[in-house]
Amino acid sequence: MANIHPAGVFDTTYEEDMSVDRTPRDKLWKNLAFVALLLVPLLSVSGPLGLISDQYVGLIARIAIFVIAAQGLNILVGYTGQISLGHAAFMAIGAYSSAILARELGFTFWTALPVSAVLTGLIGLFFGLPSLRVKGFYLAMATLAAQFIIPWVLRYPLEGITGGTRPLNVPAPLIGPFASYADDPIDDATPLVFQAGDPYLVDVISLELGRVDGAQPAIELRNPSGDIVPPGDFNMTVFRDADGELTGFSYIATKPGEYAVTATAEAGATAFRARVRRGKALSFATETAMYYIIVPLSVFLMFLARNIARTRTGRAFISVRDNDLAAELLGINVFGYKLRAFFLSAVYAGIAGCLLAYERNSLSLDMFRLDISIEMLAMLIIGGAGYPLGALFGVTFIRVLQEAAIPALRPWLLEILPVLFPFIEVVNITSAINPILFGGALIVFLVLEPRGIAHRWEVLKVAWKIRPYAY
Amino acid sequence: MPVKLHVDNVSLSFGGIKALQDVDFQVEAGEIYAVIGPNGAGKTSLINSINGFYAPQQGRIIFDGRDMTHIPPYKRAELGISRTFQNIALYTNATVLDNLMAARHIHMKSNMLTGALFWGPAQREEIAHRRLVEEIIDFLELEHIRKSIVGTLSYGLRKRVELGRALALEPSLLLLDEPMAGMNVEEKEDMARYILDIHELQGTTIMLIEHDIGLVMDISHHIAVIDFGLKIGEGSPDEISRNEAVIAAYLGEGER
Ligand SMILES: Nc1ncnc2c1ncn2[C@@H]1O[C@H](COP(=O)(O)OP(=O)(O)O)[C@@H](O)[C@H]1O
Ligand SMILES: [Mg+2]
Repeated sequence: MANIHPAGVFDTTYEEDMSVDRTPRDKLWKNLAFVALLLVPLLSVSGPLGLISDQYVGLIARIAIFVIAAQGLNILVGYTGQISLGHAAFMAIGAYSSAILARELGFTFWTALPVSAVLTGLIGLFFGLPSLRVKGFYLAMATLAAQFIIPWVLRYPLEGITGGTRPLNVPAPLIGPFASYADDPIDDATPLVFQAGDPYLVDVISLELGRVDGAQPAIELRNPSGDIVPPGDFNMTVFRDADGELTGFSYIATKPGEYAVTATAEAGATAFRARVRRGKALSFATETAMYYIIVPLSVFLMFLARNIARTRTGRAFISVRDNDLAAELLGINVFGYKLRAFFLSAVYAGIAGCLLAYERNSLSLDMFRLDISIEMLAMLIIGGAGYPLGALFGVTFIRVLQEAAIPALRPWLLEILPVLFPFIEVVNITSAINPILFGGALIVFLVLEPRGIAHRWEVLKVAWKIRPYAY
Repeated sequence: MPVKLHVDNVSLSFGGIKALQDVDFQVEAGEIYAVIGPNGAGKTSLINSINGFYAPQQGRIIFDGRDMTHIPPYKRAELGISRTFQNIALYTNATVLDNLMAARHIHMKSNMLTGALFWGPAQREEIAHRRLVEEIIDFLELEHIRKSIVGTLSYGLRKRVELGRALALEPSLLLLDEPMAGMNVEEKEDMARYILDIHELQGTTIMLIEHDIGLVMDISHHIAVIDFGLKIGEGSPDEISRNEAVIAAYLGEGER
């Protein structure tokens, strides 16, 4: 849609003419919307003000995550005119790689996020290679391969680190620990007892064994309920030396109360020394805290995508989409830009996957099935492929439909549908409501608004801006 | 005058169809060189071979003294070859401005990262190139449609936008494939004026394919005539109008 000036607004420089926010009012609205988003958790029931249901914090966070993923798809499908049926699989790479980097290699969330995003990008680029030769339907089939191969690789060959079909625990992101505030040596069976734990400002308890010869000392950490924390607990990272001997662990105490560490040498074993360090860290284990990572990051990534779309790279993408032959003959390395689009699209998917992993604290391959890939394509079509806000509109529309509108309409639908379709069993109707409404919405959009909500939005925006003149 | 382009003994065939047979000619720097010939003669195939979309089975394309044979199309554009298409090939869903800006690609430096952040050099670059593109928009009188989606424009305007896009590349060789086809007299005159202005103001070497003989005779320095893939004549407009073979194969046809 043409970029139309509000009536009475004239640009005096190209810079003004190119800006996204046409008037100070545009900017104000955008900033207000952002501030309102950031206020939601504070207004929620578990926040200090307790005005709106907690459900919305999680809903908005999940929308923000899928907006990132769908925006990645938008770059590839909407702007560059390629296709991918494997987007959910790329999310899986971001999710699993970021979780595994943290679990196995001691990465923090902050380092795991960019590393997993780039890794996902590179794998996305690899699956984009067929775009050199094939387009459209055949390319769809080639990307479908990603949707089968990637989960299979995560499930079987990598089962040792992914857990295969079992859920994989993901540690919460932390900022810190800051300088440790306690550093206590222990050398006998007397437990070291201390107060720790808080859901937001957690204590990171790390225990280092000084020297262990031969026998393994027994180390125990008891939580406030008096239970021994097992080494497999997802808040615990265990450290071992090259021979696989335990050298210590680090535990994130989130529950307030009394913790106790006991280290006992086995009978007849060599003496050892151990020390317990404690430090405070800011934890993002709660949904509210994660919200403050996810939502600003999502907004920032939308901003980046918007800028890419309106500068050199984005115009190259659009050229490839609209006429790849002309693009190639007019100086654009078409294949190079297709690969960039696959890379960028997968980077966005990887970031979304990583956020999903850390938001849920737990991962399973079920979260990344083919139907999720297809659902994201549908969201993009409904929202408006190739429009900067297409992903936002599409994801919001579908998620609100699924998580708020359908549950609200459900009792009413359950009354009316069995009357309309007496020949269908009630159980079948119940399970069909979701897919029918989703499919119905998709068909309605394809017929009535094939360019999506974003297109309608821009038309309305133009009409509003040029008022009171019709042209 | 130095040679800008040498089509060196080029042959191209599609299966049994011989689109070009041993075609050989030279275009001097700074001239308007026209290629004429009936439909299906191989004119478009010639342009496609020059900018690398087709790979001739025989012969070489030598541009600025450099053999282009193994240079991919997008690099040939970087080296200064630009073109328009017989059947308009614009970026239909983008604005006129974006179509022209897209052709600045080879002269711009910003990448995904600097573009994403859109500050400092990336922003200044956008503005500088926007300024250049606006000059072309002024020159071609496209101001009123600069923000229109190309797909919504009339045929004549799209032809003009396509010329603008080709110019935005700042080529040293401009290949125009029937830029006036399907236009009314007025539009044709405008287009001829633009072509002459480009030639005069920028010194761009122009290779023009056109059916309107009168117009070609008026504006070009040299003319090549091809028929069934063969070059059957070449020379100044005067020479061409006196060339027996050309009159028989082509000009005569028009008079009949
Ligand atoms: N891509 C192609 N595949 C097969 N045949 C082609 C192709 N391009 C051109 N031709 C054939 O080559 C001949 C010359 O075509 P063309 O160069 O388009 O002629 P002109 O532009 O002079 O009208 C025609 O017979 C045409 O059918
Ligand atoms: Mg032709």
